[in-house]
Amino acid sequence: MFENFEILETINMFRNQHLDVRTITMGINLLDCAAESAETACRRIYDKITKRAEHLVDTADQISREFGVPIIHKRISVTPISLVAGASDADNYACFAKTLDKASKTIGVNFIGGFSALVQKGFTAADLKIINSIPQALAETDQVCASINLASTKSGINMDAVALMGKIIKECAELTKDTNAYGCAKLVVFANAPEDNPFMAGAFTGVGEPECAINVGVSGPGVILAALKEVPGQPLDVVAETIKRTAFKVTRVGQLVAEQAAQRLNAPFGTIDLSLAPTPVVGDSIARILEEIGVDTCGAWGTTAALAMLNDAVKKGGTMASSHVGGLSGAFIPVSEDEGMIAAVESGTLSLEKLEAMTCVCSVGIDMVAIPGDSPATTISGIIADEMAVGVFNNKTTAVRIIPVPGKVAGDKVVYGGLWGEAPIMQVNPSGSVRLIERGGRIPAPIHSMRN
Amino acid sequence: MSQSVKYNAVVTVLGKDRVGIIAGVTGVLANLNINISDISQTILKDMFTMIMLVDTMNSTYDFDKIREELKLLGEKMNLEIRIQHKEIFNAMQRI
Repeated sequence: MFENFEILETINMFRNQHLDVRTITMGINLLDCAAESAETACRRIYDKITKRAEHLVDTADQISREFGVPIIHKRISVTPISLVAGASDADNYACFAKTLDKASKTIGVNFIGGFSALVQKGFTAADLKIINSIPQALAETDQVCASINLASTKSGINMDAVALMGKIIKECAELTKDTNAYGCAKLVVFANAPEDNPFMAGAFTGVGEPECAINVGVSGPGVILAALKEVPGQPLDVVAETIKRTAFKVTRVGQLVAEQAAQRLNAPFGTIDLSLAPTPVVGDSIARILEEIGVDTCGAWGTTAALAMLNDAVKKGGTMASSHVGGLSGAFIPVSEDEGMIAAVESGTLSLEKLEAMTCVCSVGIDMVAIPGDSPATTISGIIADEMAVGVFNNKTTAVRIIPVPGKVAGDKVVYGGLWGEAPIMQVNPSGSVRLIERGGRIPAPIHSMRN
Repeated sequence: MSQSVKYNAVVTVLGKDRVGIIAGVTGVLANLNINISDISQTILKDMFTMIMLVDTMNSTYDFDKIREELKLLGEKMNLEIRIQHKEIFNAMQRI
């Protein structure tokens, strides 16, 4: 039995504070689709995805109606395509991306992730083929997301791959310049990429995953913000406790939805991703939470401390609410998708350097950041290398999703619309990193990776 | 509220207070053969708030149909009417 205030609190979270389940992502293993003929492999991939995920969208919508919980995205993540396509006779893997795109549209999800390769220690022939296919694949498809894991704490950083991805990102931007380099929004590079991440653009289904699994990403920055507004001026212990309690409730929604989805879709429940994912809607911002905690504008001194506490408290509250936690699990700080972040960049308070510092204590990394189109590939690789180092040496996931927008300069703004938001073009340090990037090779794994 | 109340869903009604809200909502529920196990209402800052614990198990209509009927009534009476499975409240408010 419930008290009225409890029922009204729950209703209010959905009604006024933008609480939602951000995504139900079905992970599907495609290893058994490999074939000597790329055409056969593509047909198997299409058939398998459209059969297994046939009811994903209907089921999610039904759950949403019954429980009154908005479920924003329904998505698919698949085995890294480099592992499936490697057996085939194709030299260009864009055909696989087109197959994924077609399958995604048939079942009615909005994104499909897994045009991916894991190259932290070196490239296979298939890895190189897929990486070189990325610009064309992303330019010629709508819903396919690509991700490349370039580094891990166990293996170190593949600097040849870091150098290559700087060029690929530039090429991707050039091929999609008519849409402000939108292709780059569907491409992410990782250190320590999780194998069960439900969020795009980095979702793929790792080889340790089952045949099929349901992974759910929760959201709820607005709920945390509303809760913190109730404790103005209180010590930070109280702030942390408030975040924990709220994160618990938010995560329980995700757990319930995930259990229901897994049962109805006859697939095992994988994990809940405890991430706080912002949207460009006012009241759904991570930056505004940090400002409520006490910095004047996101990016001011103290921002990293506030974010560290937020991220930790979300995990502590969320962990108890879920039977299995995975994915990225932490606060996201994508610039273009967060109304407060956009404002902070436009006010001159939030720089790329400060964003990098913030990524040391939260999940993901330099995310949805637009930079001038004439930024050299080696500078983009330098940004990636720094971010990979943050992840590898701190034993955490980090990522870079950066958009060098052709023809734009610092201070301009590009609009992607919807959940992608709008991105102010950020200033990039003009000093170069050419010699570092041209060295190539591998940065060895850190000493603390040897834990056996 | 008694501990033995039988219900599987929660109906909430929010909106500007006016004559006939309870009559309207309970009328629709009765037509759908839904038993109301508990009902409470308050006026918060001029906002009418009604919470009903209901049992839809004996209704011959499925959840979507019930939800649709309540939504139509809400549109007609300019109210926000929701019906949600009770598990969502259990999940969020109980450990």
